[in-house]
Amino acid sequence: MSVDQSDITKVALLARLKIDEADIPQYVDNLSNILGLVEQMSEVNTDDVVPMAHPLDAAQRLRADEVTETDQRDSFQALAPEVESGLYLVPKVIE
Amino acid sequence: MHTKTISQLSAALRSGEVSSVELTTLFLDRIKQHNPALNCFISITEAQALEAAAVADQRLTAGNGAPLTGVPIAHKDIFCTQGVKTTCGSRMLDNFIAPYESTCTARFRDAGAVMLGKTNMDEFAMGSSNETSYYGAVKNPWDQGRVPGGSSGGSVSAVAARLAPAATGTDTGGSIRQPAALCGLTGLKPTYGRVSRFGMIAFASSLDQAGPVTYSAEDAALMMNVMAGFDERDSTSVEREVPDYSANLDNGIEGLKIGLPKEYFGEGLDDSIARVIDAAVKEYEALGAVVKEISLPNTGLAVPIYYVVAPAECSTNLSRFDGVRFGHRCDDPQDLFDLYTRSRGEGFGAEVKRRIMIGTYVLSAGYYDAYYLKAQKIRRLISEDFRAAFEKVDVIMGPTTPSTAFKLGEKADDPVTMYLSDIYTIAVNMAGLPAASIPAGFVDGLPVGLQVIGNYFDESRLLNVAHKYQQATDWHLQLPKEFQ
Repeated sequence: MSVDQSDITKVALLARLKIDEADIPQYVDNLSNILGLVEQMSEVNTDDVVPMAHPLDAAQRLRADEVTETDQRDSFQALAPEVESGLYLVPKVIE
Repeated sequence: MHTKTISQLSAALRSGEVSSVELTTLFLDRIKQHNPALNCFISITEAQALEAAAVADQRLTAGNGAPLTGVPIAHKDIFCTQGVKTTCGSRMLDNFIAPYESTCTARFRDAGAVMLGKTNMDEFAMGSSNETSYYGAVKNPWDQGRVPGGSSGGSVSAVAARLAPAATGTDTGGSIRQPAALCGLTGLKPTYGRVSRFGMIAFASSLDQAGPVTYSAEDAALMMNVMAGFDERDSTSVEREVPDYSANLDNGIEGLKIGLPKEYFGEGLDDSIARVIDAAVKEYEALGAVVKEISLPNTGLAVPIYYVVAPAECSTNLSRFDGVRFGHRCDDPQDLFDLYTRSRGEGFGAEVKRRIMIGTYVLSAGYYDAYYLKAQKIRRLISEDFRAAFEKVDVIMGPTTPSTAFKLGEKADDPVTMYLSDIYTIAVNMAGLPAASIPAGFVDGLPVGLQVIGNYFDESRLLNVAHKYQQATDWHLQLPKEFQ
């Protein structure tokens, strides 16, 4: 399995990653090599195999729907690049 | 004093032979002296450490110290530590002061252990050489032209150079065991779910597990007694009784059944490593163990499926870094899309971006079944191999790594070659099993690790098996020359 430049551009868009034009050929090489390694999977017959999501096949633990977290907005927002009146600021998205 | 194990330091603190403030000062001085060359710490938390040491001394004087009270240790910079910079080795988190404490580090804090600082690591724990850190490569104390292994390279380098008597690490595909092997230390990756992942920055959530990096199995047991246990804040934490890991260290191992997987001794294994492992196995036979050849037929598939499962989970986990709520934000974003893409493009390094790209690709529309689902099926086959093996044997042994520590830069440009250096460690994470690496000898002055894999929740037995070997040999007590 190999990928081309348009795959890289598309995946970078999906992943919201800015990638320099000049680096695209290297991504093509690296990702094609890694997918080449991964390709060995296709030789294995897995028709009747149940996929494994958790090593111990544990079920998701449930708890009562109660508020357990305290309000830490101020301490969390102290870490944000830009806030105002308790809101996170981003560039204008609606004209 | 700096060459003592934490078991010995614990005794010295209790007897009053040394105070925690004295010990902490000693290790802080060693860090200041050697860190510029080794680069194993990202943050040195001197003020907090001395304060915690003074509190520990009061606790010891009052006679209510726990085994690790007053013992200085280092934490991998993947654990959130409240009020302390927590970077995960990334520019993305260069400005991140954790607003809360991970369960793992909180347990050490509550036990009275003194945090010396936060150790360097591959960015977001993605790497096998500690060369992907935003804060620069870490050096191997045995040969500073070589890598310490990764991703817990800073923790391992610090302990190997005796800048800290023990440290925490995390292991997603070998990130405790591989560097422990390359630096001559004891490293344990517990069963998945044994140690809480709460507050441990997520890489691949179905594989990540924290564990100790120490000189000896006896020390690893002391660390596990603090780290292990159920945590309701980690949804994958296992609710199961925690044994006293120190209790069975001295049990005899006569009749222990050791399985040697033939796939771990084939092509790709350096001959000189194979000889060291053979000698270690002979030592176990002399101690009364019985050796059997076994087969783990799907071993060769572990690396290929890892590079589907781990990137898929990492691309999902790392989508939280968006330049909005915390972490790096680019200058002058033109619009929201520009803010996301440039913040992420600048904040993440090359290896992290590569894995996000792979993960996004394999999870993109139309590919899920062919990649992630297929990998999860093969993951079951790998687990079944181990399940069948553990019906015949008590532990599985083999090399931790196919070669000794490689040179800095040697594999940095070739991701696939780098990935294959984890060939013996990855299957264990896929199955969720516990495994340790213990020092078993040297090749050309570089340490070699013996990997011991156990059945689920059999950490006590692994530590017992490792301890008996360490009673009969002294590989684990060897020190790199410059750091004696």
